Amino acid sequence: MRSGTPPLFPEAASTLAGRVDGLYLFLVGLTAVMTIFIFSMVIFFMIKYKRRDPNSIGARIHGGMALEIAWSVIPLFICLGIFVWATNIFFAIARPPAETMNIYVVGKQWMWKFQHLDGQREINEVHVPVGRPVKMIMTSEDVIHDLFFPNFRVKADVVPGRYTSLWFEATKAGEYHMFCAEYCGTQHSGMVGKVIVMEPDDYQAWLSGGLQEGSLASAGGKLFQDLACNTCHRPDAQGRGPVLQNLYGKQVSLQSGENVVVDEAYLRESILMPSSKVTAGFQPVMPTFQGLVSEEGVLSLIEYVKSLKTDSPVQAVRPNTGGPAANEATPAQAPPTRN
Amino acid sequence: MSSNTVASPTSTYLNNGLTLKSWLLTKDHKRIALLYLAAVSFFFLIGALFAVLIRLELVTPAGDLLTDETYNKVFTMHGVMMVFFFLIPVVPAVLGNFLIPLMIGAKDLAFPKLNLLSFYVYMVGSLFTMWSIVSGGLDTGWTFYTPFSTVASTSAVVPAALGIFINGFSGILTGLNFMVTIHTMRAPGMTWFRLPLFVWAHYATSLIQILGTPVVAITIVLVAAERVFGFGLFNPAVGGDPVLFQHLFWFYSHPAVYIMILPAMGIISEIIASSSRKQVFGYSFVAFASIGIAVIGFLVWGHHMFVSGESVYAALVFSVLTFIVAVPSAVKVFNWTATMYRGSVSWESPMFFAAGFMGLFAVGGLTGLFLASMGLDVHLTDTYFVVAHFHYVMVGGTIMGYLGGIHFWWPKITGRKYNDIMARVSAVIVFIGFNLTFLPQFVVGYLGMPRRYHAYPDEFQVLNVLSSAGAAVLAVGYMMPIFYLIASLKTGELAGDNPWGAVGLEWNTTSPPPTENFKTTPVVTWEAYEYPTPVEGHVV
Repeated sequence: MRSGTPPLFPEAASTLAGRVDGLYLFLVGLTAVMTIFIFSMVIFFMIKYKRRDPNSIGARIHGGMALEIAWSVIPLFICLGIFVWATNIFFAIARPPAETMNIYVVGKQWMWKFQHLDGQREINEVHVPVGRPVKMIMTSEDVIHDLFFPNFRVKADVVPGRYTSLWFEATKAGEYHMFCAEYCGTQHSGMVGKVIVMEPDDYQAWLSGGLQEGSLASAGGKLFQDLACNTCHRPDAQGRGPVLQNLYGKQVSLQSGENVVVDEAYLRESILMPSSKVTAGFQPVMPTFQGLVSEEGVLSLIEYVKSLKTDSPVQAVRPNTGGPAANEATPAQAPPTRN
Repeated sequence: MSSNTVASPTSTYLNNGLTLKSWLLTKDHKRIALLYLAAVSFFFLIGALFAVLIRLELVTPAGDLLTDETYNKVFTMHGVMMVFFFLIPVVPAVLGNFLIPLMIGAKDLAFPKLNLLSFYVYMVGSLFTMWSIVSGGLDTGWTFYTPFSTVASTSAVVPAALGIFINGFSGILTGLNFMVTIHTMRAPGMTWFRLPLFVWAHYATSLIQILGTPVVAITIVLVAAERVFGFGLFNPAVGGDPVLFQHLFWFYSHPAVYIMILPAMGIISEIIASSSRKQVFGYSFVAFASIGIAVIGFLVWGHHMFVSGESVYAALVFSVLTFIVAVPSAVKVFNWTATMYRGSVSWESPMFFAAGFMGLFAVGGLTGLFLASMGLDVHLTDTYFVVAHFHYVMVGGTIMGYLGGIHFWWPKITGRKYNDIMARVSAVIVFIGFNLTFLPQFVVGYLGMPRRYHAYPDEFQVLNVLSSAGAAVLAVGYMMPIFYLIASLKTGELAGDNPWGAVGLEWNTTSPPPTENFKTTPVVTWEAYEYPTPVEGHVV
């Protein structure tokens, strides 16, 4: 990619790239063979059956059922075969492994902001280690963008108002392109950068170097206090809002009777549009924080909530019964924070 | 009838009234077709001019010729002009309009006044869109993705949106007119399965125009309304969903691709049958393939959105349907090829264009399989690979087919023959120039170059320079017909009724035809493309 001669094929630098390339090369072969076959047949017939006598006409042939069936059914099965092959790859791309290293991404006209859980922030550049699945959880502050790593063969739209994600596991240290692939206005082609893949040791060194601003969760914890979230969301279940300890990943019942799994999207919605999905047993008293918290702020709050784990015997949350925790008398406990 | 003794017909649609008014207020489908011909040619030249600017800018990696803002407006207007004002109307409005009544033995379309109205609706739509060009331009891309188009863009979105909305009605009216005409105005004996495949293709196209166009029209109006009134339907900041727009937009705009290609496929059926002097192999399979494409084509729109966050299972369904819709196109290509087998194959220029179509459409269709493949589309979508793919279909397919059609029916339309050697040279130049322009884009796309980039990394330059050089060759190929076709009007040999020795009702009347098309209503007693032995009345 950085050599002198212009490349004709992109370097493959992720665990999935080889599978994508395999399918690509198969299809290139299929396209070449079929196109050359059809075009040569046309040219061959033009030459072989060239009209020499201006009054001549062609043979009377109306068609042939066997041929029609053959050239409908064979392409259909080839197509379905490709479909199965491609869908398998897609499932691998769409479903990250259980254990991933998460990085939050916020796109805005026209830059990429990356937020590592350990606190490092980067703009238009992101460092990742070799050999570890990395998941990017992404949103946009304005219009739709698309984070694209050609050498990993992945991209995903970055949509305002929701979280999307992509994952990859880099296999080769180096610097690779990062593009915005969804047209987003004036400087769309300037919304580019690089992903820097490092050997694990180098990556650790990079992580420990630079300014330590504290982890993303601790930043979220601070914001949690600053916004006075802790007055209602108390770990002792005495607050007006649900207890957040151990909440992430659980299923909760809503007033509407539905159940939702607490994921990033649900937490984000609950911060910005709190009355849209109220937990059963609670009043819709929470104010909206739309406009008060930036997308990065929301991400830090989410990371803080995800970090809230308690070993206390208190059954502060009873997700599936959905009952109000208010009648549970338990000793007050300060929210645990990292650092 | 020997061509050197052909006499010019005395009364034709061309000399029936010579005033400007007799043209501008004509209800004759043939004259309206020529009005469209002038208009679409004009918009093609504007769209092509924008393409020239794009290819010039991309010769160097730095964005140094145009500003980024101008570049964005240029590629947007290239797309808007080419898609809405050229590719969608070009074949139906020009050749369809001219030929459908002739081919089915009718005097005109079912609703001649409506036909004229749809031309003026088209012109009014184009004026609104031109208004957006002169009042600062449009920078949303032809796809108008929200919330960029509704909230962020500061360009002239509303006039362009209104223009596209108005233009949509032109397509709806034309589709309606064709459909009613084909149902009710066929000459005695012209049964459904004696119809030329060109007519079947237009029937399928009309189906899409009538059912699909209203959706995009209203979607574009919602974009305009959202800008003006701030509805927030597509704005996540107030609870709207920007991805909803994509569903609505592609629900029409994917079938729109079939509006562009199906009529061109109809042309290819006609040219290959006539050039081979043979019945189209598997007539009913080719006919039903058109209908199949039109119907399944409505159910594949989600393949534009594999990376937009649609559910994995929705993506699965859209992907498999996309693979299935590829099959009828393949069936058509195989049938056309088989039609040439043991034919009497002419080497006149329409066959050259048809052969070029076969080569380019094969690539265009097969590269569609790459994009239907979800695991591969994740990498390819929004790159130059997509740009190359749809240019192979729409330019390699539609425009090659259109040029073939213009050359095939030019003698019928004007009564004159053009310089056929020049026409064959033009077909070869277009074919070479086209491949040189767009093959490198597949490569640079797989390398990862995103589309709509004003500036790009240095290592993509060689491929971009190749592409721009190819575009120069392509431009020569496209310009040539303008000269020899116009020259033919003055110096061309008289064509006679049936210069190709083709069958088909349009060749059974004079060239150019009289206003009422046929002196007496024809009665059809033969099958489609049934050649009597030997071909009567054709001696060169």
